[in-house]
Amino acid sequence: MTTLTGTDAGAGTPAGTGLRHELRAVHALVHRDLLRLACQRVPTALMLLHPVLYLFILGGGLAALIPAASLGVGYRTYLFPGMLMMTVQTPAIMVGIRLITDRQSGYLRELLMAPVGRATLLLGSCAGGTLVATVQGAVLLLLAGTVGLPYDPVLLVLLLAGMVLASFAITSLSLALAVGLRSPETFHTLLGLVMMPLLFLSGGFFPLTSLPGWAQALAAANPLAYGVDVLRRSIALRAPEQAAADGLAWAGHQPPLLLEAGLLLALGTAALLWAARRFGRPE
Amino acid sequence: MPLHPGDHDSPRTAAARPTPSAGSVPSAIRTRGLVKSYRGPDGTSTDAVRGLDLDVRQGETFAFLGPNGAGKSTTIAMLCALTRPTSGRATVAGADVLTEPDLVRSRVGLLFQHSALDTDLTAEQNLRVHARLYGLRRGEARRRTAEALDVAGLSDRRRAPVRTLSGGMRRRLELARQLLHSPGVLFLDEPTTGLDPHARVLVRDHLRTLRDRHGSTLFVTTHYLDEAEHCDRLAIVDRGRLVAQGTPSEVKAAIGDDRVALRTSDDAGARRVVSALAPPGRPVTVDADGLWLRVPDGSTWIPRLCAALGSHGIAVHAASATPPTLDDVFFHHTGRSMAPGEGGAR
Repeated sequence: MTTLTGTDAGAGTPAGTGLRHELRAVHALVHRDLLRLACQRVPTALMLLHPVLYLFILGGGLAALIPAASLGVGYRTYLFPGMLMMTVQTPAIMVGIRLITDRQSGYLRELLMAPVGRATLLLGSCAGGTLVATVQGAVLLLLAGTVGLPYDPVLLVLLLAGMVLASFAITSLSLALAVGLRSPETFHTLLGLVMMPLLFLSGGFFPLTSLPGWAQALAAANPLAYGVDVLRRSIALRAPEQAAADGLAWAGHQPPLLLEAGLLLALGTAALLWAARRFGRPE
Repeated sequence: MPLHPGDHDSPRTAAARPTPSAGSVPSAIRTRGLVKSYRGPDGTSTDAVRGLDLDVRQGETFAFLGPNGAGKSTTIAMLCALTRPTSGRATVAGADVLTEPDLVRSRVGLLFQHSALDTDLTAEQNLRVHARLYGLRRGEARRRTAEALDVAGLSDRRRAPVRTLSGGMRRRLELARQLLHSPGVLFLDEPTTGLDPHARVLVRDHLRTLRDRHGSTLFVTTHYLDEAEHCDRLAIVDRGRLVAQGTPSEVKAAIGDDRVALRTSDDAGARRVVSALAPPGRPVTVDADGLWLRVPDGSTWIPRLCAALGSHGIAVHAASATPPTLDDVFFHHTGRSMAPGEGGAR
């Protein structure tokens, strides 16, 4: 593990090896997140309602104004990948907020007392957050038919995989941000500051190609834009008749799908490692 | 070696030891020269703990008594391998806190000063998550959870979200949670703070039952004097330093004498009379409550003092002789009383 010096975890403990203990701890944290999801049905439903409202109200209202020719598809179809991102993004960001509130409530100390590495605890939170976010995204995925997408199993799996990647990246970023903060207010303030530009520069609401050059450059550095693009291009791959206009571009060229997915994975991993390093630092 | 905990104490503490098999009991906690300093924002460093030598024997209930800010919580954090000591060594439940932190944490439990439960989850779910965090197998986790809920008397509330439980119930639940992995040493940081007197007694009884059942060593920090009285042995700390260590009767015997207090019609006059009678080197103090002095066998002095005062025409309104309290011990060693801080800060 990162900075906990000393011999390896669980040396000499009677039951099981160190690695098995670490895995059980990760499982415990994922289990906790699923239990919380199950007992917080109302907040979860409200969270899910948000993108649905966008999809039908904003999508319905703008569909008549925005000609399909400029997008390649109807506006609601165009909006769908963006709304999937919005669905996974909220619970993924909550993971960071929970780290801070757990610290405030004292629950974090209870976690730190567990005989496992601190990095394991962070990994468990990240895995739990990614899973919960993906589960919520999967619920929204059920609406694919209402925007004209086929219920093609391969497409659904591709979209799910894209959401796992995006959830992982956002959860890790959220944890990396939360590790150094002591108050949820600061976190919310920071979030409010960056969320709006991130969303509008994600290509979820309108094609990035219609933005001025400097904004397109910013979008190329926006993880959400890669998430949306991965989802959009998965659709283009399996349902070419619903393919939207080009999204992200590097100097006028579209990066390969696998590279985009790889970037999300690399970003998430780097953020998680950095967070684990800071979290593991002894007091 | 760890078998002689008195080796850093006064000879008096080491001599009279009530536990019958004391010499052969291995130590559950042993620290030598434990120090923790925190670096402030301006570069200065503050010492929270300054060189603690503690010896706690297996199976005993040990009180760690001191006013708020004495370094009790910091000591616990070091002994639980949550914080690294700045210097010094400590062995807890047979594992070294510096070189085997994970092993230490797998062998100890810690009941926090403030509740640390996930209030959205049910009582049962809180325990189950904890058991898995400590590496228990699924079936084992389920079995021990049911058992622990039973011991805590919370079986009928196991599906209730923790936020609906009372303060006393939460404390019992947290205690039950700390026993899931059968810790050899259980640390309790101010276990009864914030509870009403009734719940305090319940928790204290519950602790005694648990100790008898599991045979764990209990290390209890407290700023309540009466709580420390009930323990097998205790250490008194002040400003990060140990001021006394031993059984409650040993540390009180170390300062020896009873306190004889009188309230009279003329305290100043009474002081002259009493001073003349008192053994040499026993100062008589006058304060708002009357006058007092310390003498051996205090109660035998009361009739003599009353007779003498009566012959001088000074009426005695009240007289008492009290054996030394732990607060007297604290006062004796630090020149301050612990009592004003009691319950005040929280």
